[in-house]
Amino acid sequence: MELTEAIVKAACALGAGLCMGIGAIGPAIGEGNAVGKALEGMARQPESTNNLRLNMLIGCGVAETTGIYSLVIAILLLFVFK
Amino acid sequence: MTEINITGPGIYFEIPIFGGIRITQTVVSSLVVMVLLCTAGVLLGRNLKKRPGRMQVVTEKGVGMITSLVCDAMGAHNRHWTPYITALFLSSLLGSLIGMTGILRSTTADLSTTATWAVMTSVICWYQSIKNIGLGPWLKGYTEPIKVMTPMNIVSEFAQPVSLAFRHFGNVAGGGVITTMVYWALSGASAALLRLAGASWIGVVVTLGLAAVLFLVPRKGKKPGAFRKLLGILLAALAFFALLQMLGMLENVPFLQVGIPAVLSLYFDCFSGLIQAFVFSLLSMIYISNACPAPEEKTEPNS
Repeated sequence: MELTEAIVKAACALGAGLCMGIGAIGPAIGEGNAVGKALEGMARQPESTNNLRLNMLIGCGVAETTGIYSLVIAILLLFVFK
Repeated sequence: MTEINITGPGIYFEIPIFGGIRITQTVVSSLVVMVLLCTAGVLLGRNLKKRPGRMQVVTEKGVGMITSLVCDAMGAHNRHWTPYITALFLSSLLGSLIGMTGILRSTTADLSTTATWAVMTSVICWYQSIKNIGLGPWLKGYTEPIKVMTPMNIVSEFAQPVSLAFRHFGNVAGGGVITTMVYWALSGASAALLRLAGASWIGVVVTLGLAAVLFLVPRKGKKPGAFRKLLGILLAALAFFALLQMLGMLENVPFLQVGIPAVLSLYFDCFSGLIQAFVFSLLSMIYISNACPAPEEKTEPNS
């Protein structure tokens, strides 16, 4: 029926937008914190730059996980549900 | 505007045994990655000499780097895990990068691949734990520190491989989806620009004139810089394709799709693939080293 299909599509679109929108706040704040502390450490002791940079990238890779969960759910809602 | 099609890996054909084994794009890419890695391994490990040639020096340096990384992260007693970690890292890296060729699909853009590797790491951790401390103490470990925490401990134990697999898959597949959407947006933008410029002869002439002005007219006495030249080339291409569209030859050529997605691909394919492969291997190392503690020093009785 037309109305139920339209409601499902509208709900999927709304859900995808809210999911990705709210889900993008947390990882960005967390990674910004991590990079800020890494930069403080690099400014204080420039010879440990390489070590700090490597660990910062690893930490950012792990902190991004929940943002990626939100992206996968949003893509699932937009492109898989008819 | 053309419709975009974002789907999973396409199925090529199905072998009708055991209820149907599907040969998908991922299987084909994995076979190509396997053949490449095995050939590289065999060729680099042949004819090793005491006075090494160039390739052998580079290979030895690479192997030394990965062995020292494993020993640093896991402890010197866990040195025998180096082949497993190297295989994981290289398959993940090559599997992500092979999507850049355009004809093959990245192996890690499929949840099956990353879930398999995560399950392998988890089974190794559980087996090592049971071997080192025994089945009873391992099961009792889930009821610590209080008995009420048992469901939460079990859930967090299962969340480990799930998060490992999803992180890798989500980054690579999400990058692919975003790149597809960028291609779609650029094709829509070029169609709109072509409609604007190719409405009549005046549009084509004006665009060509703007391109010439940007290219040739010096501003403040200096020759035009790289940015203005790039803009001039873009406008000249727009004028050329608008002319073709007006004469009825080629319609809606997506000329904006040249170059801009390449810059994005530097982040999504190269950087993200490398970082995710490294994070996957490093987390596997940490989980396995938690399950394989250092052996106690056996003290000799001194009498």
